[in-house]
Amino acid sequence: MLSVKDLVVNYGAIQAIKKVSFEIHTGEIVTLIGANGAGKSTILHTISGIMRPVSGQVTYLDRQIQKVAAPRIVQAGISQVPEGRHIFPGLSVQENLQMGAFLRKDRRSIAQAYEDVYNYFPVLKQRRHQDAATLSGGEQQMLAMGRALMAAPKLMLLDEPSMGLAPIFINEIFDIIRAINAAGTTVLLIEQNANKALSIADRGYVLASGEIKLSGTGQELLANTAVQQAYLGG
Amino acid sequence: MQTFGQQLINGLSLGSIYALLALGYTMVYGIIKLINFAHGDIYMLGAFWGYFVINQLHFNFIWAMLSAMIFCALLGVVIEYFAYRPLRHSPRITALITAIGVSFLLENGMTYLFTANTRSFPQVIKTVTYHLGGLRISNIQLLILGTACLLMLLLELIIKRTKMGRAMRAVSVDPEAAQLVGININHTISFTFALGSAMAGAAGVLIGLYYNSIDPLMGMTPGIKAFVAAVIGGIGSVPGASVGGFLIGLLETGVQAIGLSAYKDAVVYFVLIVILLVLPAGIFGHKTKEKV
Ligand SMILES: Nc1ncnc2c1ncn2[C@@H]1O[C@H](COP(=O)(O)OP(=O)(O)OP(=O)(O)O)[C@@H](O)[C@H]1O
Ligand SMILES: [Mg+2]
Repeated sequence: MLSVKDLVVNYGAIQAIKKVSFEIHTGEIVTLIGANGAGKSTILHTISGIMRPVSGQVTYLDRQIQKVAAPRIVQAGISQVPEGRHIFPGLSVQENLQMGAFLRKDRRSIAQAYEDVYNYFPVLKQRRHQDAATLSGGEQQMLAMGRALMAAPKLMLLDEPSMGLAPIFINEIFDIIRAINAAGTTVLLIEQNANKALSIADRGYVLASGEIKLSGTGQELLANTAVQQAYLGG
Repeated sequence: MQTFGQQLINGLSLGSIYALLALGYTMVYGIIKLINFAHGDIYMLGAFWGYFVINQLHFNFIWAMLSAMIFCALLGVVIEYFAYRPLRHSPRITALITAIGVSFLLENGMTYLFTANTRSFPQVIKTVTYHLGGLRISNIQLLILGTACLLMLLLELIIKRTKMGRAMRAVSVDPEAAQLVGININHTISFTFALGSAMAGAAGVLIGLYYNSIDPLMGMTPGIKAFVAAVIGGIGSVPGASVGGFLIGLLETGVQAIGLSAYKDAVVYFVLIVILLVLPAGIFGHKTKEKV
């Protein structure tokens, strides 16, 4: 579904991504794990069209998209749940969700999307008239995911959804990622919580200093001693 | 009591003009964090546009104002495109200095083309003064007040109810998230400049009718006062800009009424300083609260 080939991305003179290549097949959950500053968010921003690569290709459904503008990428079916949630403060929960459907026109399917989101996250329905800024961190994460779902994505990019959350929230979030995937959305999951991410992923890649160091199935990487030492605290 | 009522009427009329101008400052600041120093000059160009279409093309008031709004909207979009967009990612001070440069360009360019002389604005509408229990109120004042309120209401509807309005709010609170939901930032910024400049264009034609005279530097002082109004209201806040505009208008006429005409500008700035000491974010501004 998505393939990234020899991607190079710079911030000024700093090379953040050095020839990264990876693939995501339709229906998969793929995870990209790596320490702080490895370049995970940079890769997502490049896929989403917010950053331009110096070289390399991003191919989505047989079309090169590395030069396509961000709105077109959302329209093509790639939605991102950004690191740090980036919900819209001052707008209600429901207005935040409405923003997620910004490019959609069919009222009936938008109404269905609200239903789906409220099914995944019943707490958002209870809070739908509340200012999004007053939600707890976990609820904001749910809202950010709900907002991305409102675009009816074929591919969902999640940037560290477990960051800063209590363990029960983390479990709930990962269960919902699985449910979203089971309902037909392909998932690229970025995480520092490698254990959790690898256990729900079909495949994973390990990123360090802007390069892919290892790849394999979720189980293979969980069993790998180098991964265990570097990312699983053991 | 009578003078009080009279000053209230005069203050509200003048305040409408400041409010219309302040809206442009606040919307542009809200979306790209730029104080658009050329905004007062767009108002001046709106007045000149009105002057020419009324004199040369014999437009009536409605058409003069509508065409001035369209002209200024286009002008605002063009200025943003050529002067501010290339500096989007530069330090803020660079864009600010550019805005001052654009302001000088418009003022000096107009002075060069039309001389610095004051021109008398054609009176497309005959002034009729009504006497109501000792108060004098002119049809022009009613027109200014009515038009300003109508435009503000329209603006509120655009911001609250339309897709473009939602995009404006989203870009002003979080441009990155706005892009991620599919909002085109460039279009949204252009639209904001168009709206703000159209309001300035309307204000330019209205002031021409009210004060009867226009000149290439007429935008300087009202521009600064409207900016003060936007700050008092809470920069970035649309209702704040309206309230701030009316407040300054009332203040200025009030100060004149008690015989301190010479100090009216000083009083405006004094109030600005006092309000900012008490409410640093302005009346409707709120401290940015963020959860990480
Ligand atoms: N705006 C920027 N300007 C300059 N350098 C940047 C910028 N953003 C990121 N970088 C650098 O690029 C590299 C990759 O950053 P990136 O945010 O992609 O890492 P990450 O893997 O997402 O880290 P984290 O886990 O902390 O979110 C880092 O070395 C970072 O310092
Ligand atoms: Mg990151």
